[in-house]
Formats: sequence, structure tokens, C-alpha cells
Amino acid sequence: MTDQTAPPGLGAESLTTADGRPLKAALHRAQARAKRRAFLLVLPLLAFVLLTFVIPIGIMLFRSLNNPDFVSYSDIDSGTEIPVMQNVQAWFAANPQGTEPDEAAYAALAADLVHLKEIKAQGSVGTRINYVLPGSRSLFTSSARDAAKLAPPYKEAVLALDEKWADPAVWQAMRSSAGTITGDFYILAADFERDDSGAIVRTAEKERIYLYLFWRTFFLSGLITLICLVLAFPIAHLLATLPLSKSNLLMILVLLPFWTSLLVRTTSWIVLLQQQGVVNDALVALGLIGTDGRLTMINNQTGTIVAMTHVLLPFMILPLYSVMRTIKPSYVRAARSLGATSWTAFRRVYLPQTLPGMGAGVLLVFILAVGYYITPALVGGADGQLISNMIAFHMSKANWSLAAAIATMLLFSVLILYWLYDRLIGIDNLKLG
Amino acid sequence: MSQAKAGGNAAFVEFSHVQKSYDGVSLVVKDLNLSIGKGEFLTMLGPSGSGKTTCLMMLAGFETATHGEIRLGGREINNIPPHKRGIGMVFQNYALFPHMTVGENLSFPLEVRGMDKAERETKVKRALDMVQMGNFINRRPAQLSGGQQQRIALARALVFDPELVLMDEPLGALDKQLREHMQFEIKGLHDRLGITVVYVTHDQGEALTMSDRVAVFNDGVIQQLDSPDELYERPKNSFVAQFIGENNKLPGTVEELDGHKCLVRLANGELIDATPVNVREKGQQTLVSIRPERVEFKPEMMPKGAHTIRAEVKDVIYMGDILRARLKVAGSDNFVMKMRNTISQTKLAPGETISIGWHPQDARALDPV
Repeated sequence: MTDQTAPPGLGAESLTTADGRPLKAALHRAQARAKRRAFLLVLPLLAFVLLTFVIPIGIMLFRSLNNPDFVSYSDIDSGTEIPVMQNVQAWFAANPQGTEPDEAAYAALAADLVHLKEIKAQGSVGTRINYVLPGSRSLFTSSARDAAKLAPPYKEAVLALDEKWADPAVWQAMRSSAGTITGDFYILAADFERDDSGAIVRTAEKERIYLYLFWRTFFLSGLITLICLVLAFPIAHLLATLPLSKSNLLMILVLLPFWTSLLVRTTSWIVLLQQQGVVNDALVALGLIGTDGRLTMINNQTGTIVAMTHVLLPFMILPLYSVMRTIKPSYVRAARSLGATSWTAFRRVYLPQTLPGMGAGVLLVFILAVGYYITPALVGGADGQLISNMIAFHMSKANWSLAAAIATMLLFSVLILYWLYDRLIGIDNLKLG
Repeated sequence: MSQAKAGGNAAFVEFSHVQKSYDGVSLVVKDLNLSIGKGEFLTMLGPSGSGKTTCLMMLAGFETATHGEIRLGGREINNIPPHKRGIGMVFQNYALFPHMTVGENLSFPLEVRGMDKAERETKVKRALDMVQMGNFINRRPAQLSGGQQQRIALARALVFDPELVLMDEPLGALDKQLREHMQFEIKGLHDRLGITVVYVTHDQGEALTMSDRVAVFNDGVIQQLDSPDELYERPKNSFVAQFIGENNKLPGTVEELDGHKCLVRLANGELIDATPVNVREKGQQTLVSIRPERVEFKPEMMPKGAHTIRAEVKDVIYMGDILRARLKVAGSDNFVMKMRNTISQTKLAPGETISIGWHPQDARALDPV
């Protein structure tokens, strides 16, 4: 076709519509209305997610880095923010880290303590220091009580009130808290602390709890995920291959736990597994164990594993089932007819095809397990606690910053695992239903 | 085909008194006896639920026979698991492994047989070239069209050189044109490789085109086992006559019976000539079956002394190569006559009354339905 005969709009370079407008612009215009309408449809959901998810997580991230309790005191009665400990902060600003507190430092401290007493902020400030240096809250509250009596020379006067003020750790704790933005809570959450000179060092071995709890949380979650996978695979296969009438009944049995309260399910595990419980009684009755050899299966890790596996099992079965249902029996038959034993046919033909379902189930169960709280709290005892129980503990103690720091670390470690999963298996391989 | 027929006495595959029941109440396959010669192309044809696929699955080893013996190459295979039977199989929806490339799919049966890599590659390449798919070795099944997948499935079933290949409605998912093309291709492969093929289909056209012999199944029983031309021209009962090709059915009573000829009186009193097949005595009820293309309406085409009956033209449909006239005969108006579309062909008009007749051997007096 020559150029003369080519109708407008068929030029190779820029396509135009019949009336000469660029095709891309015309297409954009034609679709703009539909796009706007689609956006309006999702707008409420977007606002909801923003309000209930994005903003709270942002606040949590902020909280983990921001704690101004040593810098200002929010007076609930008047609703104002009153600056506190300003004199000590000024001294910190004037003297570099490692300077021995001199008379001027103690004078500043005395003035600040008096101010704290006036506005009744000694508790809040003491608590803030207590986070970084346990046991220092009472130092502030008791010293502030008698601060009015302090007279120069301040160093002796303050030390007479409480010997602990001479401890460089106290001064270090105050110095590291003298700002609104601090990484201290991450340092704590990773089982580190600042030594007297302000350097970051590992905490004493017996006080390290968080990293171990993280490790335990991931280990137990991994174990629970594995047990769920092993248990769910045959059930899902059965569900996918049984005739519809039978598989429906089985599906109801699988879903039944979903319709029961989590508390009821967990409590029934207590009934079953406790020392005088059904399982132990049965074992004793069968003569497998003696009365004095009753197994401890609840209020420890075993309890957490058993109860959480039970609770999370449907989340593994459902994605597996939805994938297995689409795998036609002719694949395995084809493999068999081609000379594969049933094991080879399963391993090389069936199993790889269930991978999207396994991936979805594993990811779902693992991520749910990592953040699980109620079940370990009820049946976990001391060694069955997970990191979320620690988060809840700090929240109950109003240590929001540390709770937020641990939660943020948990969030990012899950994100890293998610990223790893994407790199290794590929997220588009996921199939949830 | 000559080889196939000679194979009748040295059966390669043999079903002997095979019965199959799924529920213990009814039989899906009732006393099946069938021998298939080496190198034969045998088609199991029948409506769905007739037991043909069950027979194929029993031969492949995916179903067990409730009773009876299945022999392959003289050896009883009832208790041999499918992977040890060495039978190639092409499935209805190809069943190509979606997570493997074409090359890996073809390599699979060779790998499980422990063949080394070099030999595998040679065989895979040869099999792909055989179906003209050599350039597709690294594609995934999802990237192929239906026809291409079909060729790969065929190549995979043949790559490990099985002597027997089973095909379960392999062309069912293809469009008409491609299906006809693949029929010739499968037939060509069969002739070239000398393999034995057992082919299951419900498409009678497919069965007639490809097979050496066709077993027509209905209700778990083989109704007739014959070559395509025998089956088409000399159906042994009403079911086969109706199932294969288009057929006109005229119910009536046997008036005269004399060896190879009989006279049948239709409901309106007219007499027609027929060949007795399933009738034994005078006065018996029968169904006479006549192929539409064997019906004649020009006196010079009919044999001497043949009975003719009156027919009224209802309509004529132009179908390109043929003209299809619907006639009213003996009170029923779905009697069909096919005429070749030649220049000199007489044009019939609706409402016209004509006399029709046929060679007595083309009208078969069968069992009444």
C-alpha cells in the first residue's frame, strides 16, 4: 500500500483516529471516565485501609523511634507540653560524652528535680530512664521528693540524697534519653545496651531475652507450619479427589473449628492435655504411663505447638485444596502410563503442581503464627511464649516505644522472609483460591 | 490392513470374558471378548457410558477387571501396574505436564527408564521431528495451541517406542479442520511405525476414517466388530445401523422370506425388498434400514423387478456436494434421500410425488426397536 492510498491513522510513526487526533490521547480520553469511576468505587476501601492500617503502622514506626518523656511532660490536666530536665540537657550540650559530672551538672540536676516535683513529672521522667536503666525510677521519685531541701554544694547534697547518682550509668542513661528521637528502643529490643561510656554493647547473657524470643518465635512458627503442611496435604488431597457429596461433609469438618470461638478451642485443648486431662487419663488407663509419670503437655511449648497447629490447620488446607482441585487425575495417570512408579509420579508430576498452594499455605500459616498471641498466652506457660506476648507485655506496662520497636522488628523480619520467598519461589506462583 | 487381519489368529491384545462393575450392582462391561492383532488400528466406538473408555482404562491398568483376563503379547496383565505395562497413552486433554517444557515432557518416560542423557536427547529429537515440532522443544505446554499440544502428546506417547498405543478421544478438543488433518497424521504414523493402536472415540467419522477394525460398543457389549466398510454397509443390528452414518428406518412385517431376500410390508400396505439380517420367519416385526445415498428415484437405476414405493418431496436442502431431500414415505416424513450435485441432476420440487426404490442388498431387515 502506498502513502497516497493509506488512510489517516495508519501511519507507522504516530497512529491517529479518523479525525486526526493522536490515538493514545483518544484512548486515554475514552478510558478516563471508566477509570475515574473504578477509582471512586475503591475509594472508600482505600480510605478505610489508610485510616485503619497505614496510619496506625506509621504511628507505630514513629513511636518506636520517638520518646520525648525525658524532654517534655504532657500535663493531662491542662493538656499542655511542659519542657522538663532542661538544665541537665543544657549541661549535656555543653560537655561532651564521657565528661565526669561536675558541680555544675549536679546543680542543674538539683534545679531540674525541683522543677519535676513542682509539676509532678518525676514519675514520667523516672519511668523513661527506667526503660534504659532498670531500677532508676525510684531514684527519681525519691530524690524529687526531697529536692527542695538541696543546697550548694550540690554534688555532696545530691549524693547524700542517693548514692546512685554517682553511677556513671545513670548519667549515661540520661544523656542518651536527652532527645525526642532515639534508637535506644531498637538497641534494647536487639539485646544490646549502652555501657557507661555510651558505647553499644551486648547485654549480660542472662538478661538477653528478645533475640532468643525472636528465634523461638520463628522456630516454633516454622515447626507449626511444617506440621500443618504434613497434616493438611493428605486431607486436602482427599477433599480434592472425593466425590462432591462426601467432600462437602469433610469440608464442613475442616471448617468447623472456624465457627467455634478461639477461646473455646484453646480451652478444650487445656481440658484434653492437662495433667489430669483426657489424654493423660487415657494413657494411664491403657497402662502406657504410670500415674506419677503423667505427661506435661500444656502450659509449655508442646501446648503452644499443638493448639496453634490446630487453629492454623484450615489456613493450610484451603489453599492446598483449591490448587489440588484443579489438578486433573489424568496427569498422574499419564505419568504412570509413561513408566513412572506411583512415588515418582507423585514426586515429579503431582507435587510440583501443588507448589502454588503449598507456597500460599506456608506463607499464610507462617505469617499468622509469627504474630500469634492468644493461644501462646493461654496455653504457652513460660517456655511457650512468643514475641507477640512480649509486645503485649510491654504494652500493658505502657512502654509503647519498646513494644513498637519489637513489633517493627517483627514486621521487617516478616517482610524480609516475604522478599526471600519472592526471590526463591516467586510471589506470582502463589494461589490462594 | 492385510497384516492386521492376519493378526487375528496371533492376538497381541486379548480380552477374554472381561466384566467390569463399579458398584457391585450393575455391569459396565458385560463379558467382553476381543482380540487385537499386532500392528492393527482398532477403534472402540460408542456413545458415552457404553463401556469403551472403561475397557481402555482396564487395558492401561487404571481400572481392574472385575472378572476375566486381559493378555498383552500372550502374558496376563491383570495384576501388572500401569508403569510396567509399557503402553503409550494419549489422553483426552493431552495431560502434558504444565510445569515441564516440551523437551522435559518427552524426556520424562525415558528418564524413569534410566536412559542416559545422550540417548534421551536423540530420542526426544527424533520423536519431535516425527510430529514436525522440533523447534518447540523449550516451550511450555501453555504456550502451544491445541493442535500443537496434541502433537506433543502423541510424540510423548511414542518416544519410548511402545508396541501398543492407547488413545482416549485424543482429537475431541480440536476444531473440525484440525481434527481431520490430525486423523490423517495419526493414521500415517501408525502405518509408518507399525505400532498397534487402540483408539477410543464417539465420533463415527473418525472411527471409519482411521481404523482397520471398529468395535461398536453399546450397553457394555460389543454390538459389531468389523472393518469400516462392512460396518457401514452391512450393519448387523439396528443400533449399529443407527449409530454409524445416517440411516432411514422403515418399520414393517416380513411378508415373504426366501434365503437372501425378503419382502416387507410397510404400515401403509406397500411392499419393499430387503435383505434379511435379523429376521428368521414370516410375520415377524422388523426395521428395514436403508442408507440415504443408496435410495434411487430414477427407474433406470433400479434393478429389474424391484419394488418401488411412492414418496412425496417435503423439501430439498442444498449442501454443496450433495442435495438432501426429505421425503414422506409410508406416513412418516423424515425419510432422507441424498443425490449427487451434478449438472444433469434432476431438480426436485417440494410437493412433487416420486417413486423410490433400491437394490435389495442395500435394505437390511434388522431387529425391531
